[in-house]
This record gives sequence, C-alpha cells and structure tokens, in this order.
Amino acid sequence: MTDSVLSPLDADGVAAAVAKAASAIGVATTLDDLKDVRIAHTGDKAALSLANRQIGGLSPADKAVAGKLMGQARGAVTAALEARQAELEAERDARVLVEEAVDITLPATRGLSGARHPLETLQEAMCDVFVAMGWEVAEGPEVEAEWYNFDALNFDPDHPARAMQDTFFVEPASGAKTAESGLLLRTHTSPVQVRAALERRDALVNDGRGIYVVCPGKTFRTDELDATHTPVFHQIEGLAIDRGLTMAHLKGTLDHLARAMFGADAVTRLRPSYFPFTEPSAEMDLRCFVCGGEDAGCRTCSGTGWIEWGGCGMTHPNVLRAAGIDPDEYTAFAFGMGIERTLMFRHGVKDMRDMVEGDVRFSQQFGMEL
Amino acid sequence: MPKLPMTWLAESVALGSATPEDVAAALVRVGLEEEGIHRSGVEGPLVVGRVLSVVPEKQSNGKTINYCRVDVGEHNDPAGPGHAPDDGIEYPTSRGIVCGAHNFAAGDFVVVVLPGATLPGPFPISGRKTYGHWSDGMICSSKELALGDDHDGIMVLHSAGGGEDLGYDPAALTPGQDAIELLGLGEQTVEITVTPDRGYCFSIRGAAREYSHATGQPFTDPAGLTLTGKTGNGFAVELADGAPIRGNDGCDRFVARILRGFDPTRPSPAFMQRRLTQSGMRPISLAVDVTNYVMLELGHPLHAYDLAKVTAPIVVRRAWAGETLITLDDQKRKLDPEDIVVTDSVGGHGKRAIGMGGVMGGLDTEVSETTTDILLEAAHWDPITIARTARRHKLGSEASRRYERGVDTALAPAAIERALSLMVEYGGGTIEDVYTDVNNVAAREPIVMSADFPARIVGIEFGEGEVVESLRAIGCEVSVTTELKVTPPTWRPDLREPIDLVEEVGRLHGYDQLPSVLPVAPPGRGLTHPQKVRRSVARALAESGLTEVLTYPFIAPARLDELGIPADDPRRLTVALANPIAADQPLMRTSLIETLVDAVKVNVGRGAQDVAIFEVGRAYKADGSGAAPRPDAFKPPTEVELKELDAALPAQPRRAAGIMAGHRVLPGWNAKGEPFEWTDAVAAALTVARVAGVEVEASAEPHMPWHPGRCATYRLADGTFVGHAGELHPKVCETLGLPKRAVAFEMVLDPLIAASEDRIVVATPVAAQPLAKEDFAFVVDASVTAASLVAVVRKAGGDLVEDVRVFDVYAGEQVGAGKKSLAVNVRMRAEDHTLEPDEVLGVRNAIVAAAAQELGAQLR
Repeated sequence: MTDSVLSPLDADGVAAAVAKAASAIGVATTLDDLKDVRIAHTGDKAALSLANRQIGGLSPADKAVAGKLMGQARGAVTAALEARQAELEAERDARVLVEEAVDITLPATRGLSGARHPLETLQEAMCDVFVAMGWEVAEGPEVEAEWYNFDALNFDPDHPARAMQDTFFVEPASGAKTAESGLLLRTHTSPVQVRAALERRDALVNDGRGIYVVCPGKTFRTDELDATHTPVFHQIEGLAIDRGLTMAHLKGTLDHLARAMFGADAVTRLRPSYFPFTEPSAEMDLRCFVCGGEDAGCRTCSGTGWIEWGGCGMTHPNVLRAAGIDPDEYTAFAFGMGIERTLMFRHGVKDMRDMVEGDVRFSQQFGMEL
Repeated sequence: MPKLPMTWLAESVALGSATPEDVAAALVRVGLEEEGIHRSGVEGPLVVGRVLSVVPEKQSNGKTINYCRVDVGEHNDPAGPGHAPDDGIEYPTSRGIVCGAHNFAAGDFVVVVLPGATLPGPFPISGRKTYGHWSDGMICSSKELALGDDHDGIMVLHSAGGGEDLGYDPAALTPGQDAIELLGLGEQTVEITVTPDRGYCFSIRGAAREYSHATGQPFTDPAGLTLTGKTGNGFAVELADGAPIRGNDGCDRFVARILRGFDPTRPSPAFMQRRLTQSGMRPISLAVDVTNYVMLELGHPLHAYDLAKVTAPIVVRRAWAGETLITLDDQKRKLDPEDIVVTDSVGGHGKRAIGMGGVMGGLDTEVSETTTDILLEAAHWDPITIARTARRHKLGSEASRRYERGVDTALAPAAIERALSLMVEYGGGTIEDVYTDVNNVAAREPIVMSADFPARIVGIEFGEGEVVESLRAIGCEVSVTTELKVTPPTWRPDLREPIDLVEEVGRLHGYDQLPSVLPVAPPGRGLTHPQKVRRSVARALAESGLTEVLTYPFIAPARLDELGIPADDPRRLTVALANPIAADQPLMRTSLIETLVDAVKVNVGRGAQDVAIFEVGRAYKADGSGAAPRPDAFKPPTEVELKELDAALPAQPRRAAGIMAGHRVLPGWNAKGEPFEWTDAVAAALTVARVAGVEVEASAEPHMPWHPGRCATYRLADGTFVGHAGELHPKVCETLGLPKRAVAFEMVLDPLIAASEDRIVVATPVAAQPLAKEDFAFVVDASVTAASLVAVVRKAGGDLVEDVRVFDVYAGEQVGAGKKSLAVNVRMRAEDHTLEPDEVLGVRNAIVAAAAQELGAQLR
C-alpha cells in the first residue's frame, strides 16, 4: 500500500485500516498510548477519517455503499477504543489504590482530649434516676442564710454544728470574726429542701401535688483536706412530702436508687440514728457490692459487709411547720448522701485529694460518662 | 465514745455466749453504732510469780538493779546455776530476772511476762543478757500491761511484808498461774458511738438496757439499789441561778452526802483500775476512781470534795464578771457570767468558786491523799449551760459530755449510794445518814399519742399492744384510754413529742422488718431549661477538648492583685469568711479564673505541657444586705421575712470558665503542632453562647486579667454583659507562673440561659434556590473591628444575605500605615427564585456604599 488516500469504496483497504487500528489499540498499554492511538486512527488525519471525508463527492449510489462501509469501520474502531479505555482505566484505578495505601495505624492528628469531672457526672447520673420517676431537681444558693441551714431544719440554737469550728460563717460588715451576719456556707444541701417545700407548698396544699425533689450540690464544712475529708464537697439529698408517706416508702426509694447505681442485686439496710431534721432517723448502709459480706479482708467495706452510704428519716414535724406544711395532714421523708464518698467506694478512689486538686488525669480516667 | 468491757456489761444484762462482735451487731440494730472492738494487746505467757530472792547490785551508771529469782511454777528452770553467765550459785527451781524497780521484796506475788510473750506496743519479750545476768522475762508494771499509768513500781499483787499491794488474796495465787485471766487482760471491750439524743448510753446501764431491747435478754438495773439514809439537813446547799439560759436553771438538782473516816491510803481494787483503764480513764486514787467508776457504770457524773476544805453553804450561781477558778487540771480559768459555778462560803456567802458546775471541779477543794472526810456531789445540770461552758472554755470532760446530752434526773441518790458504798467497801469510813437533796426538777407532762400514729409514720402495722409494750420496755409509763398517755422515763429527755415515741416503737420492732414500697410521684417534666443548658455547656466544652475541674472557691486577697484587678473594680466586692480554713484565704472568689489558675499550675507543676481546663460553678459578689434575719423556726416565715432572707445573700451567679495553654493540636509525625491562641478562647466562649442558644455581640474592651489588645467582651442584644474571652495579660502569666500566651474565657451562664428560657424557635423554610456568592476586600482604619464590618455588611445586604464570612485579614505596605484590609465573603439566596445578576449587583452596591459611609471602608 502506498501513501495514496484510501477510497471509501475500497472494502479491503478499509478493512485493513480497521485491522491496523485494532492492532494498535491492542498493544497500547497505557492510557497515554491509547490517547495517541485514538488520534492516529480516529483523528482528522487518520486514514479512515480522510476516506470518510470523500463520501460527499461520490455519486448517490456510491454514497450509500461507502456510508455503510465507513460507518461500520469507524464504529468498530471506536468500540475497540472504548473497551480498551475501560480496561486501562480499571487497571490504573486498581494500581492507584494500591499505591495510595498508608500505615493506617499511625497516630491520628491529636488535639487534647476533654473529660467531665466524675463528681459532676455522678451527681447527674443520680439525679437522672429520680427524674425518671417524675421527681424534680431543686437547687439553691451556696452562701445561705443560717435560718435555712439550721433554724428551719430543727437545729437547736445550741446545736454543736452551729459552732464556728464546724461551719464557715460569712464575716459581718463590722469585720468581726463572729457568726452574727446570719450567713454561712451551707453545711448540707438540706436548706434546699426547705426552699423547695416553701416554693411548692401552694401546689401541694391547693392541688394535692406531692412534692418530690432531689437537691444536688456543693456543701462546705471546716475540715482540713486529707485523704478522706475535704472542706468543699458535694451531696445529693431527696425530699418527698405527700399524704400517707411512710418509712416503707423511704426504704423503697433508697432500694431503687441502690439498684440503679449498683445493680439489680443491691441491698440496703437502715439502722436507727439521730439527725435534728428527721424523726425517726436512720443511717443507710449498702451491702458491700464487692464482697457481698463474704470477705473479712475486703477493702471496700473493711470486712464489715456493709458500706455506710448516707442518712435518712421521716422529716421532723418542726421542719414541715417551718415550711408552712401541716404535719398532721402530710408526712415526708428525706435522705442524703455524699457524692465524694459514693465516688470513692463505687470507683475505688483511695484519696479525696485526687478529686479536688484539679489534675486533669483524674477526670480523664472517667471520660464523658461514668 | 463509750468503751464497754464485756464482763461489766454482763453484770447488767445476760450476754450468754455472745461474742463482742455479737454485742456490737445487736447494739447497731437499736441505733448504737460500733466504733471498734478492743483487745488488751497482751499475748502470754503472762503468769503470777512469787519472788524468792532479791539481790540489789549497784551499777557503774549509779543505778541499782535487782537480780531476782522468781518462782513461776511450771515455767521454772530446774535447780542449778541458771543460764550463763554462771555466777557459781546454785538456785532453787525458778527463773532469773533483772528488775529496776524497788517496791517489792522476797515473798511478794508479782506479775511476770516470759519470753515469747508480747506486751502492748507491741513489744515482743525475749530472754537477754543484761547487767551481767541472763534476764529471762520481766516483772511488769501496770503501765507495761496498759492497765494504768503507774510506771514507778511493778505491780505487787500481794505484799508478804504488809507493804502497798493490790489486795489480792495470797491463798488464791499460785506461781505459774495465768495472769491474763487473773487481770482480766483476756477481756475485750466494745466501743460504741452514741448519738446526741442518747446520753444515757454513755454508761453500762444504758448500753445494757439497749442490748436487752435488741435481744430480749433480761436487764438488771445497776441503779436499782436499796437507798439508805434520809434527806434532810445535810451539808447546806442553795441553788441560786439568777440568770437561767433559755428559761432553764443551770442546776435543778443537787444531792450532797458526807462520808467520814475514809482511809485515803487504800488503793483502788484491781478490777476497778482495770475497768477504768479499759474504758479509757486513768486510775488516780480510790475516791476519784470510785466517782469515775460509778459515772461509767450508771452514767451519772459525781464530784468528791475534801469536806475539810469546803465551808457551808454551797451556793450554785452564775459566775461573776472577772471571777476566776483554778480547775483540777491546774489551769486558771477566767469565768464567763454565763458559766454556772459551784461556790462555797469561804470569805462570805457564795464568795469562792470551787467548781465549774458539770464540767470540772476546782483544785482548792479536791480530795487528796490526806482526805478522810468526803463530801460527795451528784447534781443535775442544764445541758445548754454545760454545752456552752464546755465550748467556751474548750474544756470537754467526761462529765460535760454526759450533761450536754442529758443525764437521768432521778439517778442522783442511787449514784451517791453506789459510790459511797464502794468507798466504804475499799476504804472504810461511815456514811452520814442524813443527806442533802435540793430537788427542783419539774415533773414531766405525759405525751398524748394516738395508738395508730407509729404505724402511720413507719408503715408497719403495729397493734396497740406492741406500741404499749415497746414504750413500757424503754421505761415509759403508759396509760391507755382512747389515746395513749405516755410519760417518758427520767433518763430520756429527748422524748418530747409523739414523733419521738414513733422512733422508739420502730427501732424496737427493727428496721429490717420495713417493707420496701416505691412511692409514685406526680408525672414530672424532667430537668429544667437551666439544668439542661448547664449540662450541655459542660459536655460541649469537654467534647471540644477541655477537662472539667472543681476548684475550691477560696482566695487570698493578693490573688486579685496578681490578676491586676483595679481597686475600684466590682470584683473587689468579695464575700469574706469569719473563719476561713486557711487564714490567708479568707475570701470567696468573684470569678472562676481566680481559682482556675491554681489548677493550671498543679498540672504544669506535674509535667503537663498542654493544659485545657474548665469549671462550671458559682462566683460570689457581696452585693446583698449581708445581715440575715432569724425568723421564728416553728412557724412559716412571712413573705417579708423571706424577702429579707434572700436580700441578705450575696449574688452567686453560675459561670463557665476555662484556661488553655500549650498546644491545641499536638506536635506529631505529620504536623508540627498548633499552639492555643486567643481565637480558641473566643471559640470556647461562643460555644457556651451557642449551646445556650443565644446570639452574643463581641466588642474589644480591655479588661484585666486579659491582654488589653486581645480581650473580647460579650453582651446580649439588650446590652446585658455575659462574658469575656481572649489571651491573658502577659504580666498576669508572669506573676502567677502560668505558661506564656495562656488564653482564657469566662461566661456568666445565668443571663445566657435566661435569654433562651421559654423561647420556642420558629422554623424558617430551608430555601432550595441556588446560592450567589460575592467577595469584597475593604481597606479600613486599623481600629475598625471585623465584627463591626460584618454587622454593617449584614444590615446593608438585607434579607437576601444568608451569611457573611471574614476570609482574609491583611495589614502591610500595600494598604498603608494605620490601615488594614478585611476580606469578606457574602452568601446570598432568595427563598423563591434564582437571584438575577441585577439583584446581586444591587446588594453589592448597597454593601459597598454602607461600608464606605459607616466605616470609611474603601474597596481595594
């Protein structure tokens, strides 16, 4: 064959051009090669393109023949090109994915990891147990009036807790180092019970809506910081005022809390005790959830089988009177426990100082939820 | 707290085979918590020895020691020279012991501890060579056995030569006999905790009664004595309290009785010394030991005077201003007019103070080793007076501890009877038949209670029978009509109203019998909006990489200076404590940053290089009246009183604050790390606002402790201040030792939360029309803030503007000195159609015009 132009009517020549194209397509091993092949065999200067361009000058009869011949020939080349293109692209994609593989175990770009403080998340978890039963979460001031903290809670004016060696008092305007301001840092969250009762009294008396509140929060006593004491600590207290409440309801509520926090097998016991604001009063113990009372050497319960968890009792009639609620008509129960203490025995915290010093490593052990 | 020797307890209640653990467990059930179970600390062999020979040997150090041969029965060595070193003497069967004491002689019975034993300490005993002899054990003093304080001499059980001894009958002593049993050292004591309402349990009598309640074992009242003598004109006593406290006389009963011809040289019997020691008291002398013994046994404090030193009449009155008294502990006490004192009439009627009533006696009139005539006092003192005096003088005594909690008003004659008969038994003498009993104790009114009241409170269906039986068991007199009329026993001053009786019925029945019933609260509404937002804020800050800490809210005054807070700043309005735990930290924080810096320092000090912490808590500002009223506690306060109470309180806003220092992105294999910058503090502050659901406006205002050029102040649209964020002042970081370039934020949560309270977001439809974007680069004066430009752009752009973003800030030659370039990207969209080019151009022109007019901004 010479360099002479291919005739669109030259069936053999056209077939040879198609075969030549197919051959070139077949040996193209890269997408770039294939691109050159495409230009060489389908570009403006390709033999088939030039032949095709001559169709216009042919007689009508020849046009039909040539048109059909050229259409089939060019279609075959295009189809072969497409097929090869798809093959080469698939090969390339597979190769790129292999090439792009990384050591996926390298450390990720790191920012600091944050965490909640476990005393806060524990308080929230305990509140949630009560919220789920329809109770409300009540709050009150930390700098509190002595009346709310003591008087309204049936503390005798000469009760030892009122002494300045136990309670932080706010300095009066005179600057005297005395308790005469009538203001203090609350020693327990119980003043919130009084506030909650006063706020909800009308709904109780007028609408018969029983008062069921838990009061979490920060409390203060003049203890030096050591492994088991801190001057700033947290409590959660509960108060229920309604018609017909008894100690059995108190026991039921504490059992429910114990099971929610320590599992379905949790067992509590009450033993008689004394608090000014409850009568009868009781201490609440939790059956040791580590040894179940089976290990005399248990560190969690010191081998006693019981863990002291909190205090409780039937709210003293004088407390209800201070809140304007008739103790002959309504009865009430209350309970309270320390959050620090609960965290210590639930999570094996040995030293209270870890909770208060602000070392982030302590909080970070617990993450976002307990 | 009281320690109860088991054998003593067993004298008043049947213990059977109960162990100390059983006793403690039984007492816990009725409300007496176990404090501990104590053992003597002596492990045998500890035996009775009879001294065979005593050879004094003077030593080169001037001391004389005795080489003794002691017969210890079955523990003896065979006859012969004894252990090496061999001194060439043939000893009879015995043991050789070196002893430094001299209060004994051959023939005496003593207590010997042998090698292999352990004494309290613990001190293990072994044989050893000393002073040229082999000493094969030790002859014991009472102190070495923790039985008493006497270390001058050894314990002589029986003196063969009639010397001072402990009074043991020699016929009952055999060498080699176990002395642990003999001395009661095998005995255990149960220590209990007594709550303030159970004063009577500070005694064997009270604890035994409670053990009986817990177990049903029969109780024998140790105060159930046959009383001798008769009341009348004994030693003259006048009760003359001119200033009762809260309506109560300081002393409402005073019994005084005389014992003559007592032998003060007689020692206390060994059992008494042992029990006193076991109970935590020190044996002193027979007369004093008896008063303490009876106090421990019956719960009634007693005081013994040397009759020869007291001049009638005794007058009980309040102290005079300036009056002083030297108490038994040899301390000169300046008395307070509220103190109740016992006086006698030396120098005039009631002129000389001879004791702080119910707390401690005076030195002048105490019994001594020469006292033969004793005046014994058993008085009943007012708990409040005693509590105040003990607290005022920081003088808690065994007596005051009991009177504070209440002592049986009927017990005085029996306590006197018991004490004097013990004194006579061990020290001889004659008790005067007629004695003084000034008794002003008011009769108690019965408590009226409906029989079903206990069931209504406790939730256990006690029958009337059980209620009456329980109340009688604890000593009440009960008469049954339609209601119960209950007169509590004289030892239960805590039983005042029906609810107090409920507890008695309940605890005797046993709280382990309580049913467990979960009460049904009215349907609730979950957490309040503020509670939810506060939780979300804490969670969002933690999720963004900050760790929550809880710092103490106490600060030193210097902290405000260290933070550069100006003298007239409202943050100087601190709440001060009258009795801070650390004298140098008397103030409450006025912002959280003030205490958060300490936590940063703790972490840095422990090697952390990158610290990001936050706290959600209260700060305190002394803006209340600072003086709270004290309404009557037994009726509800009035609205006015409630307002006054709250008006007294300082503001205690809740805040969220954080400090970050070091790296925000840590250096690693693929990054060189990014430090925390002021933008991170700003982002955290805006996170707080976003979580609260509130838009805040930023302005640049210097505010310590922040860098004056890098401090944002945030306000709500209505101008309410809500916080600050930015980089801390370099001087503050330097002063406090914080990492350089530390950044911080502090937001006041209450107004943020209030702004979104009760707000219901009304949704706007999400437009699906295409977005149009226009970029602007404005040149403005360096003082123009990005926030002000964005605000102008937003306003001028009108409703079509969806968002405005600052994407470049440039200052430099190209814009000229004192200028900067701010580039913003404006995103526009119409709700209902594709924006036409004309509309976009219109917005663009409006923005350019407004920026030029309001801020002098020129398009670059």
